[in-house]
Amino acid sequence: MANQSIRLRAGGAVARRQLVSRASRYFFLGATVLGVSILLFLGYETIVTGASRLSLDFLTNYPSRFAEKAGLRPAMFGTFWLMLITIFTSIPIAIGTAIWIEEFAPRNRLMTIVKINLANLAGVPSIIYGILGLTIFVRFAGMDRSLLAGGFTLALMIIPMTVIASQEAIRQVPPSLRDGALALGATRWQAVRYNVLPNAIPGIMTGTILSISRAIGETAALLMIGGFTFIRFDPGPNLVDFADPAAFLAGLNESFTVIPIQIYAWSIDSRREFQANAAAAIIVLMVGVMALNLLAAVIRERFRRN
Amino acid sequence: MRELTAELRQGVTIPRPERPRRILTPDATAAERVQSEDPIRQPPEDAVFRLQDVGLWYGAKHAISGITLDIPVNRVTALIGPSGCGKSSLLRCLNRMNDLIPSARVEGTVEYHGADIYAKSVDPVEVRRRIGMVFQKPNPFPKSIQDNVVFGAKVNGIEGSSREIAERALKQAALWDEVKNDLKMSGLELSGGQQQRLCIARALAVQPDVILMDEPCSALDPIATLKIEDLIRELVKEYTIIIVTHNMQQAARVSDYTAFLLAQEHGLNGTLIEYGPTNEIFTQPREQRTEDYITGRFG
Ligand SMILES: Nc1ncnc2c1ncn2[C@@H]1O[C@H](COP(=O)(O)OP(=O)(O)OP(=O)(O)O)[C@@H](O)[C@H]1O
Ligand SMILES: [Mg+2]
Repeated sequence: MANQSIRLRAGGAVARRQLVSRASRYFFLGATVLGVSILLFLGYETIVTGASRLSLDFLTNYPSRFAEKAGLRPAMFGTFWLMLITIFTSIPIAIGTAIWIEEFAPRNRLMTIVKINLANLAGVPSIIYGILGLTIFVRFAGMDRSLLAGGFTLALMIIPMTVIASQEAIRQVPPSLRDGALALGATRWQAVRYNVLPNAIPGIMTGTILSISRAIGETAALLMIGGFTFIRFDPGPNLVDFADPAAFLAGLNESFTVIPIQIYAWSIDSRREFQANAAAAIIVLMVGVMALNLLAAVIRERFRRN
Repeated sequence: MRELTAELRQGVTIPRPERPRRILTPDATAAERVQSEDPIRQPPEDAVFRLQDVGLWYGAKHAISGITLDIPVNRVTALIGPSGCGKSSLLRCLNRMNDLIPSARVEGTVEYHGADIYAKSVDPVEVRRRIGMVFQKPNPFPKSIQDNVVFGAKVNGIEGSSREIAERALKQAALWDEVKNDLKMSGLELSGGQQQRLCIARALAVQPDVILMDEPCSALDPIATLKIEDLIRELVKEYTIIIVTHNMQQAARVSDYTAFLLAQEHGLNGTLIEYGPTNEIFTQPREQRTEDYITGRFG
C-alpha cells in the first residue's frame, strides 16, 4: 500500500487545460512572428531601395527636377522647426491638463464627459485636424501656411493622446504615496510635485514620445494646411536670427515642407529614381524617430534611478 | 514596561490608568464581569479631541454614526472592533484625510484643542501638519531614507539641516542605529518593520502634536511589533497617540484608554459601544458585546 504510486501524468481535465495552454503559446508566438517579419521585410525593402541614395549631398541639397541632385535639406529644416514648435506648445498644455484632471478636478458629471471626449478627440482622423488648423490658424488667425500654423496644428492633434497617456501614467502612481505626503501636511501641489510627478515621469515620457513620433510622420494634416513640396530655401529662423526676436519670429512665419511631405511627393512620382529618394528619406525619418526614442529611454532611466 | 509606566507617572497630575494584569477569558466568573453603569466613560484628562455626535457617510452609506468621544492628551487611545466597523474611517475623520475621498461627508463636530477642524476657515493642511498619521501598510516614498524623513519637515518649512532633522527623528523612532550608515539608501530597501519605523520618523519630523496609527503592526512580525509598541510607550510622553489595532494583546499592552466600536447588525453603521480605561475594558467590560469581542467569542 505504502509504495503504490499515484498517477501524476496529466490526464482528463488537466490534460485538456494544458493542451489549450500550449496551443495559446504558439498562437501568440505566431502573431508576434507575423508582425515582426512584415516589419523586417518593409525595413529591408526600404534600405535596399534607398541606401544607395544616402549621402551627404542628399542631406544638404535642395529638391530638384533631377532625382540624383535632389536632397532633403529644406524638409529636414522644416521637420526640425515644426517639431520644436509642436513639442513646446503641446507638452506643457497636455501634461498640465492631465495633472489638473487627475489631481485637482472635481469628480462630477461634466468631468466625466470631458474625459470621454478626450478619448474621442484622440481618435479623430488627422485630416480633420488639418481642416481645423487651416480654419483657425491659417485663415482666422492669419498665420498663412507657416511653420507656426503647422506646429500649432500638430500640437492640437497630439494633445488629446498625450493627455490620455499622461493621465494613465499619473494614475499608475500608488495612492499611498500621495496620501503619505498629504498626511504629512504637504499641500496638494507639493504632493504632486515631489511625489506623484517624479514617479509618473517615465510613463509620461513614453506617452509623449509616442505622440511626437506620430506628429513627426504626419502628412495629411500638413498637406491640408499647405505644406509645400518644392522649396528652395531653409524654412525657419537661421542661425543669425537667434539674436533678433523679430527675425526669429519672421523665420517661424516662413512657409515650409517636412520630410513626410517630401516622401509623399517623391513616392507619387512615377520615375524609379525618385522612388529611391523616397526610400532614402524614410530611412532618415526613421533614424530621427529612433533617436527620439533613445532620448526618451535615457530620460526615463534617469528618473527611474532617482 | 512597569518601570516605564512608573516613570511616566511622575510629573503628571492625573495618574495614568493601570494596564490590565490579564485579559478576561471566556470562563471568567460573574464577579469579574459586573455589568453596570454607563459603558462610555470619558477620561478625566484634558482632551486633545472632543468628538460630538460624529458620523461619516460614503455616498449613501452611513459608515459610522453618533460617536461622542474625548481623546485624552499624552495618552495612548486604542480603537478596537471587528473589521468594517469604521475604525479607519473614524481615524481619518481626525486629520481630515476623508477629504480625499470624494464621496465622504462628515457630520457632527470634531474639536481639536477646542477648535472645530471642519469649520469653513480651517485649512486641512494646517490640521494634518499637527496631526500626523502612520498607515497600515508602510508607505515610504521611493527616495533615500534621509529624504523620506525630511520630506514633511521641508514642505512645512521647518528650519534646520536635513541631516540633523533626520537624525533626531530617526533616533526618536528607534531606527537610527540600524540606518545611520545608510542614510542615502532607498527607503524601499528596508525591511517591513524598519519601513514602518521610517514612516513614524517621517511623521515625527514634522513635529506634530498627535499621531494617528492605523494598524501600524499588521504587516510586521512579533519582534518588530514589540519594537513599535515600546516606541509608542516612549513617544506618548510627548505626543498623544491614537492607534487602531486588531490585536487585543497589543491594545492591552500599549493603550491607556480603549474604545470599542461595532457595526450594528446587517452591515449598518458603526457606533461606539464602550469606552474607558483599557484596564477596565479588558477586565470588567460593562457591555456584553465588548466582552464577547475581547474574549474572541464574536462572529
Ligand atoms: N472609500 C470608501 N468608500 C466607500 N465606503 C467605504 C470606504 N472606506 C470604507 N468604506 C466602508 O465603510 C465601512 C467602514 O470601513 P473602515 O475601513 O473604516 O473599517 P475598519 O474598521 O477600519 O475595518 P478594518 O478593520 O477591516 O480595517 C466599511 O463598511 C467600508 O465598506
Ligand atoms: Mg481599517
